[in-house]
Amino acid sequence: MATKHSRAAARLMISPAVLLLLGWMIVPLAMTLYFSFQRYNLLMPGMEEFTGFTNYRFFLTDPAFFAALLHTLQLVLGVLVITIVGGVLLALLLDQPFWGQGIVRILVIAPFFVMPTVSALVWKNMFLNPVNGLFAHIAKFFGLQPYDFLAQAPLASIIGIVSWQWLPFATLILLTALQSLDQEQLEAAEMDGAGPMSRFTYIMLPHLARAITVVILIQTIFLLSVFAEILVTTNGGPGTASTNLTYLIYVQSLLQFDVGGGSAGGVVAIILANIVAIFLMRMIGKNLES
Amino acid sequence: MGRITLDKVRKAFGEVEVIPPLDLTIDDGEFVVFVGPSGCGKSTLLRLIAGLEDITSGQIRIDREDATDVPPAKRGLAMVFQSYALYPHMSVRKNIAFPLKMAGMDPTEIDKRVNEAASVLNLAQYLDRRPGQLSGGQRQRVAIGRAIVREPKAFLFDEPLSNLDAALRVNMRLEISELHQTLKTTMIYVTHDQVEAMTMADKIVVLHAGRIEQVGSPLELYRTPRNRFVAGFIGSPKMNFVEGAEAAKYDAHSIGIRPEHVDMSRESGVWQGRVGVSEHLGSDTFSHVHVDGIGTINVRTSGEVDVRHGDTVWLTPTAANIHRFDKEGLAIR
Amino acid sequence: MARKVSQNRKALVTVAAWAVGIAIFFPILWTVILSFKSEGDAIKTPFEVLSANWTLESYSTVQERSNYLRHFWNSVVLSVGSTLLGLLIAVPAAWAMAFVPGKRTKDVLMWMLSTKMLPPVGVLVPLYLIFRDFGLLDTRIGLVIVLTLINLPIIVWMLYTYFREIPGEILEAARMDGATLRAEILYVLTPMAVPGIASTLLLNIILAWNEAFWTLNLTAAKAAPLTAFIASYSSPEGLFYAKLSAASTMAIAPILIMGWFSQKQLVRGLTFGAVK
Repeated sequence: MATKHSRAAARLMISPAVLLLLGWMIVPLAMTLYFSFQRYNLLMPGMEEFTGFTNYRFFLTDPAFFAALLHTLQLVLGVLVITIVGGVLLALLLDQPFWGQGIVRILVIAPFFVMPTVSALVWKNMFLNPVNGLFAHIAKFFGLQPYDFLAQAPLASIIGIVSWQWLPFATLILLTALQSLDQEQLEAAEMDGAGPMSRFTYIMLPHLARAITVVILIQTIFLLSVFAEILVTTNGGPGTASTNLTYLIYVQSLLQFDVGGGSAGGVVAIILANIVAIFLMRMIGKNLES
Repeated sequence: MGRITLDKVRKAFGEVEVIPPLDLTIDDGEFVVFVGPSGCGKSTLLRLIAGLEDITSGQIRIDREDATDVPPAKRGLAMVFQSYALYPHMSVRKNIAFPLKMAGMDPTEIDKRVNEAASVLNLAQYLDRRPGQLSGGQRQRVAIGRAIVREPKAFLFDEPLSNLDAALRVNMRLEISELHQTLKTTMIYVTHDQVEAMTMADKIVVLHAGRIEQVGSPLELYRTPRNRFVAGFIGSPKMNFVEGAEAAKYDAHSIGIRPEHVDMSRESGVWQGRVGVSEHLGSDTFSHVHVDGIGTINVRTSGEVDVRHGDTVWLTPTAANIHRFDKEGLAIR
Repeated sequence: MARKVSQNRKALVTVAAWAVGIAIFFPILWTVILSFKSEGDAIKTPFEVLSANWTLESYSTVQERSNYLRHFWNSVVLSVGSTLLGLLIAVPAAWAMAFVPGKRTKDVLMWMLSTKMLPPVGVLVPLYLIFRDFGLLDTRIGLVIVLTLINLPIIVWMLYTYFREIPGEILEAARMDGATLRAEILYVLTPMAVPGIASTLLLNIILAWNEAFWTLNLTAAKAAPLTAFIASYSSPEGLFYAKLSAASTMAIAPILIMGWFSQKQLVRGLTFGAVK
C-alpha cells in the first residue's frame, strides 16, 4: 500500500526521528574525533593545538589503559557467565509447575528494576561493609574474620553486584524462550526414549541457543558501559583495581579535564563497542526478515 | 453519478509490470465484476481505482474528472474489504458513522443515516456491540453499512464473501444484488469465483496476467468466449477441451465443449468411452468419461440417469455449441 | 497440555523456587526492612534488627535534610517527559515504517538501533562541553533531551513491532472513509495500538528513571534525579543506613510496581522483538 501521497507523508513523518538521531550521532562523534587530535585541557584554556596521534599514543600506552581493558573484559565475561548459567538454571526451575509461580517470578525479576546507584550502594553498605554489613555479621556469628570485599576483591564484588542486576534479565528472556518450546516436541522425545539430560541437551539447549545469543549481545552492550556501580562503590580503586574503560575515560575527561585524552579514549571505546554491535545487528537483522 | 473511465492505465512494481496498459469504462449504475485466477491483478486494479496505489501511467477519470492524483479520501468511493477492516475499538454505530464524522457531518444527521442503514441491513439491535462480538455475516453487513451511509459515487468490493461459509455466501450474494437494485449505484466487485461473477454482474471483466481477456455480460461470455482462457474460466464445471485430430475435423487447433452440451447414450454416438468417476448431485450427474484418443470428457446428465464406473457409453457433442479455437487460443467464428 | 506431575515433585520444586526467589529478592527486602528502623538499630546484627522497633523517622529525616521530594519530582519529570516527547516523535516514524515500508526501511531501523550501541562515554566530552556552553548543565530540559534521544531508538522499535501487527487494510479503510492522515493516526491507529503504546511508555519510563550515566555526569544539585541523589550517599558521614534505605525504598518502589505490571511486554521490548 503505497502511493505518492502516502510515501511523501511517510518521509515527512519519519524525518524528525531521523534528523534528531542523525544529529545526536554525528555532532558529538565528530567533536570527539576532532578533540582526540587536539591538545586540549579545560584547566589550560587557550592552549589548544593539533597534536596528531599524541593523545592516542598516550592513552594506548598508559598502563592504566591495559588494566582498564582487562577489567572491562573480566567484568563483561564474569557477568555473562554468571547470568547465563544462572539464568538457564533458574529458567529451568521456574518453568516447572509449582505453587506461587506468579509471585516467585515477580521476586526474581525485581532486581532489574532497581536503579544502579541504589543496588550498588545497598550492596556496598548493607551487605559488603566489613563492619556493619550483613556478610560481616554472618562471619562474626560463625567466629570468622569479616572480609573487606570492596578493598580485597573490588572487581569481583562489582561483578557480583552487576550480576545480581542482570540475572533477572537473562532469566526472564530464557524463561520466555523456554515457554515457547513446543511441549509436544518434548513429549515426542520422551516417547523416543530420551531421558531428562538428553532432552535438555538435544531439545531445550538448541531451542535456547538463539535467546542465549540475544542475552549475550544485549548484555555486552550494557556491560561495556558499566559506570554508576563503580562510581559509587570503589571509585575505580583501590588504585585502578576496579577501573574499567568507561570509568577511565570519565576520570580523564571530567576529573582531570583532559578533553583530548578523554576523547581519544572515547574513540577507542566506540571502536570496541562497534565490534560487538556488528554481531548484535546481524542477529536482529536476520530476525527482522523472518 | 459514478462513471469510471480507465485510460491506458498501467501499473508496475519496480521492473515488474503487473498491469499492462488497459482501457475500461464502467457506466453509472453498473454492477461490474472483475474476475480471474489469483494473481491476475484484479485486486490491484481495484486498488488503483480506489487510489490506494498509484498508477504508473495513464489516467483514471471519475465522472469525467481526472482523479489520477486525487487521494483515496477525496475520490468519493467506498470500499468493502476482504477482511472487512472494521475498526475493532469502535462500536458498530461508530464504525458506520466514521466516514460521516470524517466528512464533518452534523451529529443528528449522522444518527439518522446510521439508523437508516442499520435497519436496511438488519443491524439495529447490534449497534452498540463491538465488531469482535459479531458473526462473520454481521461483520460483513457492518462493512457494507459503513460503505453505504456516505452515499458514494461507487462501491468497491474486494472479495467480500471469501471469508464466509458457503451457505452465508449465497445469502450475502443475494443481499448485495438486492442492494444494487435499490441503490442503483455503480458497484465494482472483485472475485475469483466465477459463480459470483455470473450471478451478480451486469458486466464481467475477465482478467488474466493483468490483461483484460474479455468484457461482456455473463451470457455473452458464456456463449461467445473470445478465447480459450475465458471459455475455460467461465462456466462450471469447466469446459472440455479437445486437441489434435478430433479438433482438426472441425478446422480448429482445439475445440471446446461444455459438459452440459454433450449428450450421453448407451447405444450410439460420436465418441465411445468408458465411465470413470461419476459425481451425483441429485439434480444432475457429472460423469468423467475416458475416450480413447481424446481424453477425459466431463458430461452433465440429468440426475435420473444411472451410470456406473466402468460402463461403456457413447457421447455426442451438440454441434451448435462447439467452440473452435486457433493456435493462439483465439475463438474462430 | 498440562503434564501430569506428582505432588511430591511439585512440592519440592515449590520449595526450591521460593528459596531462590526470596534469595534474589532479599537485598530489596532487607533495604525495605532497614528503612523502618532507627539508625542505631540498622547497623546491628540481623536478629537485633528484626526485633528492633519499627519507625518512620528515616523517611521524614530524608525529606527534611535533603529535600527528597525535589529529586523525586526531577525523576518524574525526566522519565515521563522524555518518554512522552519520544512517543511524540516516534509514533509518526513507526507509522511510516510499519505501513509505508520502502526499500530502505530496514536499513533505517537498523541504523537507529546502532545509535543505541554508541557507548555513552564515547561522546561524554563533547556533550559535556555542549551542555556547558549552552547553559544546559544541571537543567531538567537538557536531560530530558538527552534521555529522549538515547531511548528514541527503543521507542521507535517497540512501536514498530506493535504497529506491524495491525492489519494495513484497516488503515486503508479509514483512508477510503475519508480520513486525513492525522485522523487516521489519531482515531484509528492510536486507539488500536493502545496496549503496545502503553507498554512502550512503561518500559521507557523505567529505563529513563534508572538511567545512571548521563544523569550522574550532567547534573549537580538542582536537576538531579534520584539516581544522582542516591549516589550522594556514597561518601557518608555518620550513621546513615536507615536513611539510605528509606531513600532507596522510595526511589525504587514506583518503578518496581510499574515493572511488575509490564513484565510480559518487557522481554519483547528489551530484545527488540528478537524474543517474544
